[in-house]
Amino acid sequence: MNQQNEHLQTLTEIRSMMERSSKFLSLSGLSGIAAGIVALVGAAMAYLYFDMDFFRINAEYVQRGIENEVSYRTTYTKWGVKPIPFLLLDGFIVLVLALSLGFYFSVRKAKKHGYQFWDNTAKRLMINLSLPLIAGGIFALILLFKYDLVELIPPVTLIFYGLALLNGSKYTLDEVRYLGISEIALGLMSTWFVSYALFFWALGFGVLHIVYGALMYQKYDR
Amino acid sequence: MKNIIENLNRVFDNRVRLGIMSILVVNDWVDFTTIRDTLNITDGQLASNIKALEKVEYIEIQKQFIGNKPNTSYAVTKLGKLAFEEHLKALEDLLNLNG
Repeated sequence: MNQQNEHLQTLTEIRSMMERSSKFLSLSGLSGIAAGIVALVGAAMAYLYFDMDFFRINAEYVQRGIENEVSYRTTYTKWGVKPIPFLLLDGFIVLVLALSLGFYFSVRKAKKHGYQFWDNTAKRLMINLSLPLIAGGIFALILLFKYDLVELIPPVTLIFYGLALLNGSKYTLDEVRYLGISEIALGLMSTWFVSYALFFWALGFGVLHIVYGALMYQKYDR
Repeated sequence: MKNIIENLNRVFDNRVRLGIMSILVVNDWVDFTTIRDTLNITDGQLASNIKALEKVEYIEIQKQFIGNKPNTSYAVTKLGKLAFEEHLKALEDLLNLNG
């Protein structure tokens, strides 16, 4: 029986070593929850800024073929900022805050579990995440500045973020894969129902992050 | 019963070697320091066990210079991967048999 336990322990150790050396396990559920809250606040700011659903109004203008120059988004001003600079600034602040908090909680988890935070798996995850994200970011900026398609920015960020997660999921916790697929699905729906782009964006970057973060926290962090 | 125990590989009758193999089967090339830090062992412990694995041709070695610092990386060979998988299978069989 003793030997039995020994075999079992050896097997468990081998499995955990294989997982630990190929996957980035420091990713904390709290990182997801924090990023989700930041995204919800960012979306709320955008909602307050416009007093109404900007994307719906903008989409209606576009559908009616009203010239961009006279459209709602070039004439509207609130808090001393025009819509596009406001959205860029809002998005940028959300991105920076979400990333910093994400790093903070994951570094903390690595310390707590005695993992090395910045190891080969972290590098691999980072590379696999960044390529689709950079492509998506550039794509979104081109849509915005060359084609003036502001309402497609939320769907595009959701879809490319989902693809990035899907791509990186082999190198980290399994839940990330399902989060990625959900983001892609939301992105596609929001392309169709473009009037509700902000709502889908808040659902994808806010609610989903919080839900998956809580799930991962329950499962791995404690 | 006897057959199953014979399937357990003597080379793997050692925690460090099992650790090295566990890391190498799920990665392409891994350098000395990374293995050492992941397993949390000393240079000497790692070196002697790597030698043992190299001798039976379970792992292969690649030496190169990064800048002017020598850097040695290791990868598992086909033979090593097969042997390791058989060892895992044997361990599992033993557990299933008695459990």
